[in-house]
Amino acid sequence: MLLRRFGKGTLNYAIISLFVVFSAFPFYWMLIATFKNSTDLYKPANNPFIYNLPPTTENLRLLFNQTNYPAFLVNTIIVGVVVVIITIILAVPAAYSLARLAGSWGERLGVGMFMVYLIPPTLLFIPMSRVVTLLGLRDSILSQIVIYPTFTVPFCTWLLMGFMKSIPSDVEEQALVDGYSRLGAIWRVMFPLALPGILTIIVFTFTLTMHEFIYALAFVTASDQKVISTGVTTELIRGDVFFWQSIMAAGIIVAVPVAIIYNLFLDRFIAGFTLGAVKG
Amino acid sequence: MDTTLISHTEEAYRPSWRDNSRILAVLMLIPAAVYVILLVGVPFVMAILFAFSDVTVGDPALDRFTTDTFQRVLNDPNFQRALSNNFLFTIVSQAAVLVLANILAAALTRNFRGKWLVRFFILLPWATPIAIGTIGWLWMLDSVYSPIDWTFRNLGLLKQVGVMGQVGILKNSTNMYWLGEPGLAMFSVILVQIWRMLPMSTVIVMAGLTSISPDIRDAVQVDGVGWWREWREVTLPLLRPILMVALLFGIIFTFTDMTVVYVLTRGGPPPNTTQVLASWAYIKGIQSGNLSEGAATVLFMLPVLLGVALVMLRIARRSEVS
Repeated sequence: MLLRRFGKGTLNYAIISLFVVFSAFPFYWMLIATFKNSTDLYKPANNPFIYNLPPTTENLRLLFNQTNYPAFLVNTIIVGVVVVIITIILAVPAAYSLARLAGSWGERLGVGMFMVYLIPPTLLFIPMSRVVTLLGLRDSILSQIVIYPTFTVPFCTWLLMGFMKSIPSDVEEQALVDGYSRLGAIWRVMFPLALPGILTIIVFTFTLTMHEFIYALAFVTASDQKVISTGVTTELIRGDVFFWQSIMAAGIIVAVPVAIIYNLFLDRFIAGFTLGAVKG
Repeated sequence: MDTTLISHTEEAYRPSWRDNSRILAVLMLIPAAVYVILLVGVPFVMAILFAFSDVTVGDPALDRFTTDTFQRVLNDPNFQRALSNNFLFTIVSQAAVLVLANILAAALTRNFRGKWLVRFFILLPWATPIAIGTIGWLWMLDSVYSPIDWTFRNLGLLKQVGVMGQVGILKNSTNMYWLGEPGLAMFSVILVQIWRMLPMSTVIVMAGLTSISPDIRDAVQVDGVGWWREWREVTLPLLRPILMVALLFGIIFTFTDMTVVYVLTRGGPPPNTTQVLASWAYIKGIQSGNLSEGAATVLFMLPVLLGVALVMLRIARRSEVS
């Protein structure tokens, strides 16, 4: 019995270790490369997993001083923040409406919203690029600000709708009995209770905008208007010359903070993802 | 619900339009609905119209409708390759993800030290913007400096640099050229897609596993059946809806993806051997400016998407009833 348990535990650790290596190794490799000296890196015989020469911060200096990377970072943050604001303004009232007021229609419209989320950017990017041109937004981060809510609003409405449904309507009715108007009850009672849900959609809207690649690639070709996902993959490469260490630095700087935030909000995100097939 | 509300409160005050829940519901829904109709609905219709027209960036007027575009797209060997790659890419990667996610989720639901950190590492590929994660792989699979090749060389699977007369077991060369040969390039693209999708499926399966009542597990273990029978006859049936959800999301995100292919191979090595529908549509529609052919290309995703959406609807409705 003891032996069996021991065997099981070891097997478990072995499985988990294998998967951790598979998942995290590229990031370890990126981190190592970030501080590598070029003479060390570009010698095929050198052990790639360690520093054969002392590490250097030269690659970071190059990234921040001689490329548009700072502009990519700023653009990414601007796009993220503005899209978050637009998404909240549109999705919070819609989610409340679908959760509470629209009755059985709410259910159907809610599922409809989710279906809209399933329409992928790759299906729409060609007409979208026409729309962006017609609106005069080509080559500007404004194009992303206007278009990104097309995928954040449906998903966040769906997510928040589920969250608001879990808040008992008694608390609002009590506020109505206490003499608040319907809007007053929403503002004073519903809004504070829904705040964790709203925080979740803020986090996910921001990360979804950081992940987006196809629209950004199709709408913007001007270097100083690019965001992280397109800038790092297209601008840090001059002709055939890859500034590998700086590219890896650019990636790891973004990857780690986003992953930490993701980890913190994961459970709520999954609840929205699983269509209620799992009751959380 | 509305009627009970009013009967509770009608003596307290007279309802104005602001308290009419129907009007309020419509008013609150309108901004989001208008936005979605204008910027998702209209482009969606445009996508279909474009596919049946001859619009290009140079001549964007929607003035002539034709099925010639479809004919041209269908007869293009590059498109045919992209379409079959799309199925290969999706089926192989999602089958692998489904198997691996079940193994990993089962291992992760047990209690062990450092679980938070392990979860963090496992989630990294999904949390990182995919273009960034893929560029990490681009460097891992480099034709000369790949650390995988270095490891293979030192294991004797590949030839050492500058050593004469040695034969590599895997390949008689100093490097694998992961992205340089069609078969290996497709393998690499699929591998990166597995790497990126595995965390999401694992987390969804974990959510399913933790929702299975421990009583059921205990009862089964008392009966003393083996793990395979326990998994097949108890876990799998209970897990089926959640596995379905994980699989459907995986199919949608994979069948419609172009990021991994675009960043890793740009569809190469020539001639377009790893191209998928979305990346081919990008090259046609955006880079060459042939909007109609690009739109017609992505339209071939629609049947699969519709199928997935229908199954999702059924799942959503079933969980609504229960």
